Amino acid sequence: MSLPFAITPALPLGEAGKYVAAAYIVVFVVILVYVAIMAVRAQRTQRELDELRRDVEAVKAARELEDDGDPDGSGRPGAGRSERSEQIA
Amino acid sequence: MRNTTYGKGLPRLAIATVVMLCAALALAFFYAPLDANQGFLQKIFYIHVPLAIIALCGFIFGAVMAIMYLRTGDRKWDMRSYVAIHMALIFGIAGLISGSIWAKASWGHWWVWQEPTLVSYLIVLLLFCTYQPLRFSIEDPERQSLYASVFAIVAGAFVPLNFLAVRLATEYVHPRVLNLEGGNLPGPMKLTFYVALIGFALLYVTLWKYEMAAKDARAQLRRLRRTLLGDDAGRPYGRSAAPL
Repeated sequence: MSLPFAITPALPLGEAGKYVAAAYIVVFVVILVYVAIMAVRAQRTQRELDELRRDVEAVKAARELEDDGDPDGSGRPGAGRSERSEQIA
Repeated sequence: MRNTTYGKGLPRLAIATVVMLCAALALAFFYAPLDANQGFLQKIFYIHVPLAIIALCGFIFGAVMAIMYLRTGDRKWDMRSYVAIHMALIFGIAGLISGSIWAKASWGHWWVWQEPTLVSYLIVLLLFCTYQPLRFSIEDPERQSLYASVFAIVAGAFVPLNFLAVRLATEYVHPRVLNLEGGNLPGPMKLTFYVALIGFALLYVTLWKYEMAAKDARAQLRRLRRTLLGDDAGRPYGRSAAPL
């Protein structure tokens, strides 16, 4: 781990070192904060996608139940129709 | 997000960006010689100048996208313009802060109001800072896109005009190291600067594509939700300055 530090030449930091470090750190932090915000948004999109997938599955299940519970095609919902699927439909 | 139009080639672009920025850092600290006047402090130049250049180019890029929106009426151009300006603002603010740190170390002041380069850059930045509030203040999406595009074009045209005006100004203390003849940088410094410039340009493109891919994925998700579950299901959570 210490090898890279051993072979690299020493930097003549002096008084300017802290200013140079501050400038590079600020730029790095600004970009890092932006990427972090984007990562949170990507997670939210993923969550919404999962939610949508569950909703679609619920609708599909409700339709299947409806078909099973309404063999004469009268249009009345079957006994197995859940409250959740009614809300979605 | 990789399945969206903008997500294609994003990992490769991100890797190229990281490689280029690492190369720029290595060159800046271990290859480029120390400046005779400023010494180690001049190393800030390798991030501050590329950030400022890319930010100003980003504003112009946003204006070009806005022209395309007005020509075609296609909302994707408005989205591209919005993201280009948004990214340029982030780069601009990073450039402003790094420049201010350099000014404190070099001139002893965080900000010099008599310096035309600094003040003109701040004016451009503040001008584009009003872009998002302008969008947010308009509810109708069509009008929002239209007014924002007009604003982006006018403000974008102001960028080169402002740059020319500052170049023609006779009194300035801000260093001039680049010009059309290549500037007065020695070879190793010039190479380092151009590598850093390409690195930050790649970073801008990568982040622009990343944000476009994220927005495109959200738009696709919302459309899908609307198609599958009805009109109300695809509504956004609240008002947004971003094109939907």
